[in-house]
Amino acid sequence: MLKGRLSGFVFQLLAFVLALVFVSLILIAAKASPMEAYKNMITGSVGSMRKFAEVLVTFVPLLLVTAGLLITFSAGLWNIGVEGQIVLGAIGTAWVFRQFVDSTLPAGLIITLAIFGGMAFGALWASFAGALKTFGGVNEIFGGLGLNFVSTALTLYLIFGPWKREGVASMSGTEPFPDHFSLPQLPDLRISLWALGIALVGVVIVYFILQGTYFGLKLKAVGKNFRAAYLLGIPTWQYSMYSFLICGALAGAAGAIQVAAVYHRLIPSISSGYGYLGLMVAMLINYQAVWAIPVALFFAALNIGSIQLPIVMKLDSSLAGVLQGVLVLFVLLMEGVRQKFVKKA
Amino acid sequence: MNQENLLVGLAGVLAAAAPIIFAVLGETFSERAGVINLSMNGTILLSAMGGFAVAYNTDSILLGFLAGMLIGALVALVVAFASITLKQSQVAVGFVLALTCRDLAYFLGNPYMGQAGPRLQALPIPVLSDIPIIGSLFFRQEAITYISFIAIYLAWLWIFRTRPGLMLQGIGEKPAAAFIRGANVNLMRYVYTVIGGALIGLAGPTYSLAIRAGWMGTISGLDGIGWIALSITIFGGWNPSRAAFGAYLFALLQWLGLVLQPVLTQVPSQVLQVAPFPLMILTLLLVNIGNAEWVERALAAMPETTRKFLSKLLRAMRASPPAALGVPFERD
Repeated sequence: MLKGRLSGFVFQLLAFVLALVFVSLILIAAKASPMEAYKNMITGSVGSMRKFAEVLVTFVPLLLVTAGLLITFSAGLWNIGVEGQIVLGAIGTAWVFRQFVDSTLPAGLIITLAIFGGMAFGALWASFAGALKTFGGVNEIFGGLGLNFVSTALTLYLIFGPWKREGVASMSGTEPFPDHFSLPQLPDLRISLWALGIALVGVVIVYFILQGTYFGLKLKAVGKNFRAAYLLGIPTWQYSMYSFLICGALAGAAGAIQVAAVYHRLIPSISSGYGYLGLMVAMLINYQAVWAIPVALFFAALNIGSIQLPIVMKLDSSLAGVLQGVLVLFVLLMEGVRQKFVKKA
Repeated sequence: MNQENLLVGLAGVLAAAAPIIFAVLGETFSERAGVINLSMNGTILLSAMGGFAVAYNTDSILLGFLAGMLIGALVALVVAFASITLKQSQVAVGFVLALTCRDLAYFLGNPYMGQAGPRLQALPIPVLSDIPIIGSLFFRQEAITYISFIAIYLAWLWIFRTRPGLMLQGIGEKPAAAFIRGANVNLMRYVYTVIGGALIGLAGPTYSLAIRAGWMGTISGLDGIGWIALSITIFGGWNPSRAAFGAYLFALLQWLGLVLQPVLTQVPSQVLQVAPFPLMILTLLLVNIGNAEWVERALAAMPETTRKFLSKLLRAMRASPPAALGVPFERD
């Protein structure tokens, strides 16, 4: 057992080194200095309090999405539709806010309602992917991808149609909501401790569900062996559906925070690709909830750090995505090598 | 709209479907052999960028297309190695590659953004292009569009009318039986995944060197096409002719979206451009729903005539994936 863990760690370290070497070669091919690029990414993410606050702004939705995906992955489902579930969460929150624009209710109550509204919309959207899978025989990957495109269409329709700005509708989004509809932020920093709190509570709940409840145990049984779980009397399709709903609600919360604490309006790319990035984080941590916080923080830092690259080095900021992707790829490959190696030994 | 505009528009639909056809045929070969290549969306972007960069630097369009195919083959090789040799999840590796190749294309393509480069010219075929209507529809296209017509037929011929094609069906459906008949299942899977990847890689330069010449980074409008092509592969039921039909249908719908824009003024144009996507889900549902258990039970409870009609309809639309799709093969 100890030997297995040790070899796992060694191979992961090797994967990390190989990924860095690979990305450095790409940087050299793009006629840039790898050291300078990495240095800029580090100072761009943790170089100042303001920058680190930006990292946390990215970390919050990413962590919520990752937490949700841990549930669907445990149930053996590839919830690629998570991207659209974030979008619907944002739409739900914006919709609730619109209902209360002229209301005299306390702002805290309205924001709470709006966040729950976003979670409900996210869960509803996830239930579509679940229903397509359970009752329509449509694989959740393809149903989810299709629903992602529909959610984008829906956002654009709202921004350019019924929710359009007075005067001209534009890609910059809807009219911003009044100031009191925003989650309180730290002075001079864009991060809201409330948002951070919601994300941390989300991941703790998921950890508890998976490690400490009978429900989580059954969910994992369904994921490990669908047929055996069915034969043992677990209502398998209900469990698949529950996992979609939980993941959708958490992704919806991520979308809600994007509206209530970051953009204060609905914009076309409100999900910022956090759904797909969350899938990568979940794969990298091998679906272990304990690792969600540090790895999501690391990925968020890469995203924010890379913003410096076009400004300082005239490089494209997509380097963050390359680094994240290559890292996950090498970890997957090295895990395969390790399994082959351990089997032989 | 007069007749000439209509013909030009429809000829444009045939050209616009060409890259999707290459991608769908490539994926069909790969999945027929039992390997899902989920990297398609990234592969198309990376091969579009790479194909353009090579053609730009060498001034050779042919080299550009070959570079695109090489990129597609290499990405597919990674999928094959990870899934066949290392026995890792095809979906996981493919998905990671889909994102990574996309970002790699944006990163490495940065210097080529908006540059004017070589592009393929229309190649009217003598005599045939003068036939009224048919000539302007089919025979005034670019060379790559003719190749897409031929590719559909050749792929169909290969899978359904040749001995190796029969073996290909075997390794996707019953790999153990194919193995007993002397097929090297895993080698064949490697071969078809890599060939399929090269075909997918042909789609990229078809965009960047022909129908949407140039490289525009994130605003190229190519992000998402690979995911569509994946759905069309399923819609096509792993059959080249039906898959090609799906590709043409998709291109037609996108064109209709553009044409109808001035008519449907209350619908924002951004919505019409994505209109084919919801329709794709609907078709996926129709293709798959015949496989669902509750449908069978519901059908059994219906009166004789309705049941016969409905089950015939469902069977006509239905498609089932190769039985061993995504399942690793082990000799014992």
